[in-house]
Amino acid sequence: MDYLLAGISVGGQYALIAIGYTMVYGILRLINFAHGDIFMVAGLIMVYATTAMPLYLSIPFVLLVTVIIGVTIERVAYKPLRSAPRMSVMISAIGVSYTLQNIALYATGGLAKVYPTIPFLSNTVKIFGATTKWVTVITPVLTIALVLGLVAIIKFTKIGIAMRAVSKDFETSQLMGVKINRVISMTFVIGSFLAAVGSILYFSNYPSVVPTSGSMPGLKSFVAAVFGGIGSIPGAVVGAFIIGICENLIRAVSIGGVSLTPFSDAFTFALLIVILCVKPSGLFGEKVTDKV
Amino acid sequence: MSNILEIKDLSVNFGGIKAVDGISMQVPKGKIITLIGANGAGKSTILRSVSGIVKPQHGDIIFDGESIFGKTPDTIVSKGITLVPEGRRIFPNLTVLENLKIGAYLRKDKLDNDIEYIYSLFPRLKERYWQLAGTLSGGEQQMLAVGRALMSKPRLIMMDEPSLGLAPLVVKDIFDIIKTINKSGITVLLNEQNANMALKIADLGYVIETGRITLTGTGEELLSNESVKEAYLGKSK
Repeated sequence: MDYLLAGISVGGQYALIAIGYTMVYGILRLINFAHGDIFMVAGLIMVYATTAMPLYLSIPFVLLVTVIIGVTIERVAYKPLRSAPRMSVMISAIGVSYTLQNIALYATGGLAKVYPTIPFLSNTVKIFGATTKWVTVITPVLTIALVLGLVAIIKFTKIGIAMRAVSKDFETSQLMGVKINRVISMTFVIGSFLAAVGSILYFSNYPSVVPTSGSMPGLKSFVAAVFGGIGSIPGAVVGAFIIGICENLIRAVSIGGVSLTPFSDAFTFALLIVILCVKPSGLFGEKVTDKV
Repeated sequence: MSNILEIKDLSVNFGGIKAVDGISMQVPKGKIITLIGANGAGKSTILRSVSGIVKPQHGDIIFDGESIFGKTPDTIVSKGITLVPEGRRIFPNLTVLENLKIGAYLRKDKLDNDIEYIYSLFPRLKERYWQLAGTLSGGEQQMLAVGRALMSKPRLIMMDEPSLGLAPLVVKDIFDIIKTINKSGITVLLNEQNANMALKIADLGYVIETGRITLTGTGEELLSNESVKEAYLGKSK
């Protein structure tokens, strides 16, 4: 039971990150390798923010600053390469990823920064006979609420229609008067915002943040996005929950007295390989509705 | 007769190749104007330059007395020029209604009356408003592309190869619609391979060859011109 709860919770956190990957890919066809590091930076900002201001201010502050960082990265590192080959933008993304890690290394001096305790999230609660932190319960609920909100934005608002149009056809969207750059910025706003929320939930479960804290959850969320069918938001969410639950359940399994816990990370990536072999477009991969 | 659009000495290069080579032309207000010419003559590039998708190297484009040269596509749409792109390019993952709505992306006013107007022009779109546009037939997609363009309330509508790949009966429908649109006061700039059909409805035609204008005349004049007949109308001497 403990494992299942932890899995659902981690899955929700992965989902919040995975949406950022999948949305940016959907619109720019870019794997934003810096996304996991934005998540890490959000964690560090929280560490520093709580030393300077009370919690009810630092949480919105973290969300806001993370969004600004995400949009700035797009403007500085990706926008100038809009008409460059996709590979160039991807290399730029890898560069941003290392830049963020190095800045974090410089800022922290390489020391693990103790993540602040958010009283409400860190309090323990007993459900179904298992003792856990509130964050475990809140994560899936908050994740689903945010995802539903996001789906509503994409389905019903003008910017949502524009996002779907831009993801299909840049040039024709421009011919309709859609301001492409504004739509792309909006994508980064949403992606960074959700990553920041995910980071608050994720790090509440861990004692500290280091400059490489973003890479593992980032990679796993990326796998989740691919698993679900990159470009698809429901796919990313479902994929993230499946991966979160599986990698935690596997910790409960032991074969011949040997615990499988050390292999839980390997499992995630083995899953990726299997998916790529069996169903390269993922669970909810893009359907082709075009008529030739 | 005043010109709604005036192109002056326009040149566009693609990697050293001159796609458009010093073209000057006028588009009189309220008329149907057609460009004819072979594949690769530069017709599409002219329309794409006017809409701001292609950045010309040289020249000037004046719309309603104001230069729009080098402006962004959204600015140009907001001034009242819309391009119906070649190959229709409707958004297959959006519904018919959403396609129409995105055509009006820059407008802030109510759209209901205009959507009803589009439905009256194209009743088929009304029947299928909830469908994904990718499931429409080629002719329906072309109608949607035209309807979508009209939603921006243009004063000049440019159509790039509207009859491409459509059945002859559907082509006739499309040309009827072009005339209807023109009667409602919108200037139409047409780029059409089907020179015969295009010249019949056009008030003014330009013949484009390898990036230059080689002939100008009213639709009737060009229809009866020997060299046009030979090159574009497929009639022997």
